[in-house]
Amino acid sequence: MTSLPNVAQAPAATGSDETILEVQDLKMYFPITRGLLKRRVGDIKAVDGVSFKLRKGETLGLVGESGCGKTTVGRCLCRLYKPTAGQIWFNGKEISSLPEKEFRPLRSDISIIFQDPYGSLDPRQTAGSIVGEPLRIHKLVKSKAEYNERLESLFAKVGLASNLMPRYPHEFSGGQRQRIGIARALAGDPSLIICDEPVSALDVSIQAQIINLLMDLREGQSELTYIFIAHDLSVVKHISDRIAVMYLGRILEITTPEELYANPIHPYTRALLSAVCVPDPDIEASRARIVLEGEVPSPVNPPAGCSFHTRCPDAMPACRTTVPTLKQVGNDHEVACLAVTPGGG
Amino acid sequence: MSDQTTCGVPAGEEMLRVKDLETQFRVDEGVVRAVNGVSYSLREREIIGIVGESGCGKSVSQLSIMQLLQRPGKIVGGEVWFEGQNLLEYGPKSAEMRAIRGGKISMIFQEPMTSLNPVLTIGRQLTESLELHLGMNKKEARARATQLLDLVGIPSPASRLDDYPHQFSGGMRQRVMIAIGVACQPKMVIADEPTTALDCTTQAQLLELMLSTIDACKGSLVLVTHNLGVVARYSQRIYIMYAGKIVEQGLCRDIFYRPRHPYTVGLLKSVPRLDEVRGHRLVPIVGTPPNLIDLPPTCAFYPRCSERTERCLTEPWPDLTAADGEGHLVRCYNPAERTGE
Repeated sequence: MTSLPNVAQAPAATGSDETILEVQDLKMYFPITRGLLKRRVGDIKAVDGVSFKLRKGETLGLVGESGCGKTTVGRCLCRLYKPTAGQIWFNGKEISSLPEKEFRPLRSDISIIFQDPYGSLDPRQTAGSIVGEPLRIHKLVKSKAEYNERLESLFAKVGLASNLMPRYPHEFSGGQRQRIGIARALAGDPSLIICDEPVSALDVSIQAQIINLLMDLREGQSELTYIFIAHDLSVVKHISDRIAVMYLGRILEITTPEELYANPIHPYTRALLSAVCVPDPDIEASRARIVLEGEVPSPVNPPAGCSFHTRCPDAMPACRTTVPTLKQVGNDHEVACLAVTPGGG
Repeated sequence: MSDQTTCGVPAGEEMLRVKDLETQFRVDEGVVRAVNGVSYSLREREIIGIVGESGCGKSVSQLSIMQLLQRPGKIVGGEVWFEGQNLLEYGPKSAEMRAIRGGKISMIFQEPMTSLNPVLTIGRQLTESLELHLGMNKKEARARATQLLDLVGIPSPASRLDDYPHQFSGGMRQRVMIAIGVACQPKMVIADEPTTALDCTTQAQLLELMLSTIDACKGSLVLVTHNLGVVARYSQRIYIMYAGKIVEQGLCRDIFYRPRHPYTVGLLKSVPRLDEVRGHRLVPIVGTPPNLIDLPPTCAFYPRCSERTERCLTEPWPDLTAADGEGHLVRCYNPAERTGE
């Protein structure tokens, strides 16, 4: 290994330089219809021009408040939604416009873990059958014996006893259900897993178990790439190699967790960081809190120009008309703000 | 006198003392001892935190002192002393309890979607308690309600009085809940996970708003939450609950810097922190929270505990005993070593 001048970079988590995923100007509009004829009267601009690159083995955290479009980005990536515009390059292949038939073999390569461990498991299937479903659908195993063997290794991987296979989802606790969801996501041996708020429905003491499990899986398999979607900045910072902060369908800042914590540049990122409470009274007493005015505007009618200008403490007249684009401001640090002068690189 | 909210400084006189409160739910499978001998106190202008995971009895204990329990929940023992009266001597529907609920003690609930009445206007829900507790007439109450909505930062308050809850966003509804909570300038506010359903920045907005409004009416606050960060920031004293019992209590700094109960120690090690360095590994608490039906009399944390010994299994759950700090008590045979800061 060559020695890197940047000390902040952790050795275990950097991954290779190979790009596994590139998203270009992704847009996802949901039509609002009215009347009997479903006349289209407007759009919910859930994702409005998102671009990023992801290296193999890297974990990208998508963070933002509800309605910022982070879940929609995740769902577009595994084609649960068909994007309105933009391109998604996965391993050098543009997947957003692929016909379903050609995309199908790729389905097992991109999987998703859902937020709600109660709603995302079929209550009428046993745990074993749920986890094995991708194996059966994609015909990834040749014999019954191989199927059982794979199931057992998947259960072992996520820390569930194999004698739990014949049980139904309601017999499991929230944490165990999330383990079943993770085992199902791993079944197709994916190279990209989209984790959509995987721990936010769990109790504090169980959260840590699941976070550690996700991190251990990544250790064991260096090719595994995660997109980790969550609203809890502490959790995202813990697990991610890079973090993208989203607001009203756009990425406002994208950088490493260390840089984000030590040197947040976008006014929204700063407010978001200051809103998170640290479980340490002395540190809390010393932290200033930036309280934002107002609420997140509706994505049906987002503000012109910079979407954050209505609440931004540093807004200038130009922010009302010009949409800022992501600009390099330092090593692996991009910000979309008009008040920022680009530099570094 | 608004400088009494710093962490660690005891506030004024004691105003609430809960003694050995016990609440049970009799269900087909057995008895759920949701609150199993809980004692705590609250001083004037004090902020305390009651912390625990879901199902530990933190919310039920608060509903019990307000006597807002739904069947089959039943208070089977204990005392709730407030202003020299034992509230449990009054029935849940008594005039005395009605005067206290919303008047002297009010509650802000977790879910603003379900705790506001969907078929009444916001204005009516605000004026109701003003007319009932403060004897205002319709006109006075309406004027005061407008003032309250303005206080919690709702734009054009006068016109929004006639709107229904569904016409407000989640954050706005929680603002309305805060306005209702402080409408009669209560002595004490119980906030049950007041901001859990909300986004980070809205959470910050509303916690600050709630504290300043309660401070303005010289009230005390019971903050019920699972969020350790929130109690670290705001509360002076903390009670940690597990399986219906308080397992540790003490000043905010004692709980965070000198935790003694293995559960408290475990909780603090298991949450990711914004200020941690990369590569830090979380130490989860093994296992899952217990099923509360027909719990044995021994320590309920035993199956998950890292410090357990023979004694924990043979002898009943110990009483709260003094640890080192002021009012620092811990319920454990093998408390963690006292550590320096």
